[in-house]
Amino acid sequence: MAAEVVILGGGVGGTIVANLVAKQSAGRAHVTVVDATGIHVYQPGFLYVAVGQEKPSALQRPERQLLRHDVSLVVDRATRVDPVGRQVQLESGATLPYDQLLLATGSRTVMSEVPGGVAAHDFYTMAGAGRLFKALEAFQEGTIVIGVAGIPYKCPPAPVEFVFLLDDYLRGRGIRDKVQIKLLSPLNRAFTIEATSKLVQPILAERGIELTGFFNVESVDPVGRTVTSLEGETVSYDLLVLVPPHRGQKVIEDSSLGDERGWVPVDKNTLKHTKFERIWAIGDTTSIPISKSGSVAHYEASVAAAEISAALNGEAPPAHVYDGKVMCFLETGQGQATTIRFDYDHPPVSPSPARRWHWAKALFNKTYWHTVPQGRLP
Amino acid sequence: MSTIQVDKTIDARGMACPGPLMALIGAIRQGQVGERFEVLSSDEGSKTDIPAWVAKAKQELVEVVPDDGYSRFIVRKAR
Repeated sequence: MAAEVVILGGGVGGTIVANLVAKQSAGRAHVTVVDATGIHVYQPGFLYVAVGQEKPSALQRPERQLLRHDVSLVVDRATRVDPVGRQVQLESGATLPYDQLLLATGSRTVMSEVPGGVAAHDFYTMAGAGRLFKALEAFQEGTIVIGVAGIPYKCPPAPVEFVFLLDDYLRGRGIRDKVQIKLLSPLNRAFTIEATSKLVQPILAERGIELTGFFNVESVDPVGRTVTSLEGETVSYDLLVLVPPHRGQKVIEDSSLGDERGWVPVDKNTLKHTKFERIWAIGDTTSIPISKSGSVAHYEASVAAAEISAALNGEAPPAHVYDGKVMCFLETGQGQATTIRFDYDHPPVSPSPARRWHWAKALFNKTYWHTVPQGRLP
Repeated sequence: MSTIQVDKTIDARGMACPGPLMALIGAIRQGQVGERFEVLSSDEGSKTDIPAWVAKAKQELVEVVPDDGYSRFIVRKAR
């Protein structure tokens, strides 16, 4: 009888692992992906929807189309994992037994944790990005403030990229001189990574984007239109964009598989749960102190797939482990971008912004559907 | 060795900058006024980042103790 591999989450990480394990097992394992919507969403595109450069329809495809034919897809919500009885409870009432389980459930945003936060816009969901673009289209003059309401959050460079793309958008409409852009950063620099901050800070200054450091958003006053930080500062806005607080999925919290914010503790190299046998986790789902990004999920996926395949065959764990590799693009506006690469042993490096990195990012975004989910890009 | 009692220890050893500071900010966010947090960090950047943030946020840096290959920062949530 084929061993059962259950994967919770049909995002980038879950989809790659499903396809790789099914391929590697050559029929000895049956792989099931459980996904609440059955729709695969390319989240890095939200940023472009928010400034009118991308249509929501271009960012989603049926998950079924991205999975090998021998991988089963169950469109249902996982509500509870029993790591002792080795089964997953689904919202429909069904249960799925497993021999090996991958948690690739990602993160969720919880703007409700910020008092007054519902008045803020965000580009962390498709609907939020669409609403933000509508608000920008109606915006004529005043102050647009961008802040961060919780760490960790998905795609650390996103707020910096957003202000650069916003600057382009406002220039394109000919109203840049009527709008102040203020970026509130949780650190005393533009971005978590110091080397990249040194690169982008002069560009922020050159574009007239005001940077305020050590501003960790704590609350919003929607009536007075102000945002206040944990550090005790208050800033006025006409349009507010916040990176919402993030936490792990409810199924993780309800099953006590993670920490107090629902992030799953795993070995940072093998991605194996630190407490439970036969459970792995990748991507945003984990508590590894590394970027929450599609790039991390992508690089971790091949390691998790090899680990799971070895466990199914009763073999020793593979020698190749996750080394903390991250590679992402950062748009700097006006048709240019840079990249950020690092791993556990090598600090981040970023080349000077150039057009070729912008085109590389655009090409990656367009070809994603045909390469990444299938595991064709190592 | 410090003898100050702490309410929570954040072991951020091995985390690269700004991980230890971010972990402290998260703990202060969730914590109660008066609680003491201990951050263990092996990152050199923490020696400037953590005191700078504590001053800006008007929290209280109780003490910094060098240990074997890392530093212990004890911070009290003052407001």
